[in-house]
Amino acid sequence: MPDTFSTEAKAELKKLMDSYPDRMSAVMNALHLTQREFGYISYEALEALSKEMDLPVQQLEDTASFYTMYFKEPVGENVIWVCHTLPCALRGSANVFEYLKDKLEIDAGETTNDNRFTLMKAECLASCGSAPMMQVNDDYFEDLTEEKIDKILGKFY
Amino acid sequence: MEKILTKNIETENSHRISVYMESGGYEAWRKVVREMSPEEVVETVKDSGLRGRGGAGFPAGVKWSFVPKVDKPKYLVCNADESEPGTFKDRLLLENDPHMMLEGIAIASYAIKANTAFVYIRGEFANQAVLLNEAIQEMKEKGYLGKNILSSGYDLEILVTRGAGAYICGEETALLTSLEGKRGYPKIKPPFPAVEGYLHSPTIVNNVETLCCVPHIINNGPDWFKSIGTEKSSGPKLYCLSGHVRNPGVYELPMGVPLRELIFEHAGGILHNRKLKAVIPGGSSTPVLKESEIDINMDFDSVAAAGSMLGSAGIIVMDENTDMVDACYNLSKFYAHETCGQCTPCREGVPWMKTILGRITNGRGRGRDIDLLLDICKSIEKRTICPFGDAAVAPVKSYIEKFREEFDYYIEYKKSLISQNAKSLDAVN
Ligand SMILES: Cc1cc2nc3c(=O)[nH]c(=O)nc-3n(C[C@H](O)[C@H](O)[C@H](O)COP(=O)(O)O)c2cc1C
Ligand code: SF4
Ligand code: FES
Repeated sequence: MPDTFSTEAKAELKKLMDSYPDRMSAVMNALHLTQREFGYISYEALEALSKEMDLPVQQLEDTASFYTMYFKEPVGENVIWVCHTLPCALRGSANVFEYLKDKLEIDAGETTNDNRFTLMKAECLASCGSAPMMQVNDDYFEDLTEEKIDKILGKFY
Repeated sequence: MEKILTKNIETENSHRISVYMESGGYEAWRKVVREMSPEEVVETVKDSGLRGRGGAGFPAGVKWSFVPKVDKPKYLVCNADESEPGTFKDRLLLENDPHMMLEGIAIASYAIKANTAFVYIRGEFANQAVLLNEAIQEMKEKGYLGKNILSSGYDLEILVTRGAGAYICGEETALLTSLEGKRGYPKIKPPFPAVEGYLHSPTIVNNVETLCCVPHIINNGPDWFKSIGTEKSSGPKLYCLSGHVRNPGVYELPMGVPLRELIFEHAGGILHNRKLKAVIPGGSSTPVLKESEIDINMDFDSVAAAGSMLGSAGIIVMDENTDMVDACYNLSKFYAHETCGQCTPCREGVPWMKTILGRITNGRGRGRDIDLLLDICKSIEKRTICPFGDAAVAPVKSYIEKFREEFDYYIEYKKSLISQNAKSLDAVN
């Protein structure tokens, strides 16, 4: 885990802050960038961001703690989000979750022993027309079947 | 109907500016900057009758005209947070035709004299945010953004801010607080954002689909737009069909198309030839309709007359085997997860409803539980800072009202009236 931002990230942060009408408005994007750099939003990461942005660390912590996508704890190399809201549930998202749970031998919120996957439940991801679905890192995988899931996970080994 | 908003989505590289321009893209923007005054743009959009596609159906042009003539910067915000369960139309536009939306943003910004516009995009749409930034770069290269656009003296920048997984940030005041870098807490209205929004300045928030209609209105005129749809809900509409239909997906049709036609013709009818039981017409926050209630047209006023809402046109279809208590429990989990926690009735009441529904579906319901649920609904309704409280109540109240026998059965017999043997929706929990 790095304890400071890379030079490129620092430049990106600077550009972000310059483009918004005020510095605070850059915080949402800056926190995404911080997570990309540090893997998750640790207190140390917030301190580093606080230094770069010249904003109080408490202020950044207050914001970060509100949003589910900013991880407060370390996660695996890949994060799987299985949508389980009604439209997906009507099309069998429970089976998808159960299949992943058995296959990876972890429950929601847990990470595999090899640190490859963290499994999460997600609320509606705006993909209800292709349910059931899951998101792995930034990508959506839709109309899932067990065979499809095997193939998708295979790509991460 | 000829496709308007989705006409390009099947075209290869439809997200590139060159492809967009081949089909007449940015003609409206060039015309607006070169030939029209901001007031003329507002009047044109007012005349078109365009109503907001984000849920509430407020007339867009009228909202724009509320921006006060004060000496403060003005801001335009495109709401791309799309997170109402059952809604997936904005994602289609963002992925396949980002320039249509950007052209709409540019025109709307010009109309309200904003020099900075934002797209607030839900955090999970990370790839779409990258695409959008590339599209903005393409716009700049053509001289459609930046300083002194097409030598008009008008300046505009568009910035993309990613949310980070909070449904409430789709609500406009919460969105603006989040845009300011804070927790996504809604604010009491008034003041409305049009008067006091982002950084206390006049701010207009419009949905992606609303803004996508704008270039077409400029190109073809308000009368053309009014010739589509119904008298009070004009224009084309993207309907999202999900749940137990044979062909789920987004369908572009005029405002006011019959709901039954959408389900049985366009979406191919009910999966496995089962019987239709219930339909949520406008996203999870809108009251559910029974099969006997779906002979309505999908425009703002007709759906309201039937006791529900057109909302985001997220149509969730449920067949005869659906356990409505379980469906209600599923949605209550969503709302319990998403309350922002500012107001006591919402923060305490919504998770409590989830707990009660959970025990009912687990066969541990108590005799008074239904009355208790209805009491909690009453103590939340109209007593909260933002409409989320009412949105969380809508499923519970309408499901109990319309499917009471299923709730009663669960409590009396400790099992489902419907899915005696079938696995429940969320068997995993
Ligand atoms: C709880 C809640 C969630 C909302 N979510 C969204 C959303 O995801 N996208 C959206 O465009 N509008 C959403 N809205 C509506 C916005 O507050 C706002 O009315 C809308 O963006 C205005 O745009 P329009 O006039 O073009 O419809 C939501 C409202 C509430 C109360
Ligand atoms: S109603 Fe609920 S979501 Fe809205 S401000 Fe109050 S606590 Fe937050
Ligand atoms: S319910 Fe799963 S994507 Fe909407």
